[in-house]
Amino acid sequence: MMSELSFETYRDYIAEHLEIEPEKLTYETRFQEDLELDSLDLVELVSALESEYNLEISDDELMEIKTLGQGYEIIKAKLEANKTTG
Amino acid sequence: MRRVVITGMGCITPVGNDVPSTWASLIEGVSGTDYITAFDASEFRTRIAAEVKGFDPVQILGSKLAKHNGRYSQLALTAAIEAMNDSGLELEKEDRERIGVLIGGGIGGLEVIERAMEALREKGPKHVSPFAVPMMGVNMAAGNISIMFNLKGPNLAVTSACSSGGHALGEAYEMIRRGDADVMVAGATEAVITPLGIAAFSAMRAISERNDDPKTASRPFDIDRDGFVVGEGAGILILESEEHALRRGGRVYAELASYAATADAYHMTAPDPDGYGAALAMSLALKKANIMPQEVDYINAHGTSTPLNDKTETKAIRAVFGEHADNIPVSSTKSMTGHMIGAAGAVESIVCVLAINHGIIPPTINIFNQDPECDLDYVPGVARRKEVKVAVNNSFGFGGHNACLVFKAYKQN
Repeated sequence: MMSELSFETYRDYIAEHLEIEPEKLTYETRFQEDLELDSLDLVELVSALESEYNLEISDDELMEIKTLGQGYEIIKAKLEANKTTG
Repeated sequence: MRRVVITGMGCITPVGNDVPSTWASLIEGVSGTDYITAFDASEFRTRIAAEVKGFDPVQILGSKLAKHNGRYSQLALTAAIEAMNDSGLELEKEDRERIGVLIGGGIGGLEVIERAMEALREKGPKHVSPFAVPMMGVNMAAGNISIMFNLKGPNLAVTSACSSGGHALGEAYEMIRRGDADVMVAGATEAVITPLGIAAFSAMRAISERNDDPKTASRPFDIDRDGFVVGEGAGILILESEEHALRRGGRVYAELASYAATADAYHMTAPDPDGYGAALAMSLALKKANIMPQEVDYINAHGTSTPLNDKTETKAIRAVFGEHADNIPVSSTKSMTGHMIGAAGAVESIVCVLAINHGIIPPTINIFNQDPECDLDYVPGVARRKEVKVAVNNSFGFGGHNACLVFKAYKQN
């Protein structure tokens, strides 16, 4: 079972996916305004995160993800839920 | 009707990544065919193709644009940048609503479709990329070029298999003639050297299996030709109304003087053995521009290197030009570039324009034993110096599509 997901690991994965420097990403970074991702970019990113962490993010949850931090909290919570149930 | 001139050109081909290097290779008789590197083709009947070489889309387009364009669209954007720069158009001074884009292609983002299918099969429907749709359709090259240059005029694709390039330029020419636009970024693009692309053409027995000698595999008009070689690339021309080009002081390469399109209405893939549809396209194009057959100095043939095309096209040329056919140099660019499918007619139109500009006719390479049924002057082996005032470009496609374009040395009235 993997240990708790650190923000840095999550951030580095996103940086690699988006081909940008990890240092440019913070907890507060906004996907749309700061990174200029459009809705398709975001769907693609979330789909990659789902594969990476082996979990599912619903469309309603997707709509809530505006910042790196919000995505991190959702994924972390799901991983922990999986840990307790699995 | 307004006259239409060519003021800019860009291309990326198996023999050069821009117009000057492509032209240099073509007049030297360089073959772009080699072993396939895009994927492992060791299990395929055909293991050779004419690939674009050393193309780094990230370097040219940046990583985001490169990632979100299928290869066919990356190639088109690259050629469009060259054509736009070459034209000297200062877009900030232009009315962008009068500039359109029409880019043809036979298939579109085939590798995108293959990747999406793989994700669907292996991981399930949720894992199909949200960019699959905007990257697979053959229309997206035109859309992406308009976004890159902020061009708000007519914007579309035409698709007619191997004649897409001829039709794209012809239809863009008509748009300017009838006044829908003053400038058209027009041409065609193709990138189908993928497992499915090669397997599918191979299943038709349409492509050469000369795996032991790639450089001579494309041999139009040779008796031992055994099919075409799949190529890839893009050719983009800046077409402009004469009036608009003169007003801005643009350099004019040549005039696009005529276009005609017909159908064989005969068979899905085989040409009409009499070449009637092809001959009809050529004679209509000449008639429309009031050009006598004797005035034609050069024909850039469709010349695919398939057993059927080359003899049928020869027959069609004889039918249109009569005795004068023996005096016209006819060459096949595909002997060097392979068959760039939808993009072929656009790149070969650039060849016609350069033949007019330089007074040089590129050769047909790899004619070792000329087929007696192909009895024209195919400019074998070596480029030829000749004044070219009128050049004809043929493009024929599966489905029985025929497009014929006529280029003329430009003379102001």
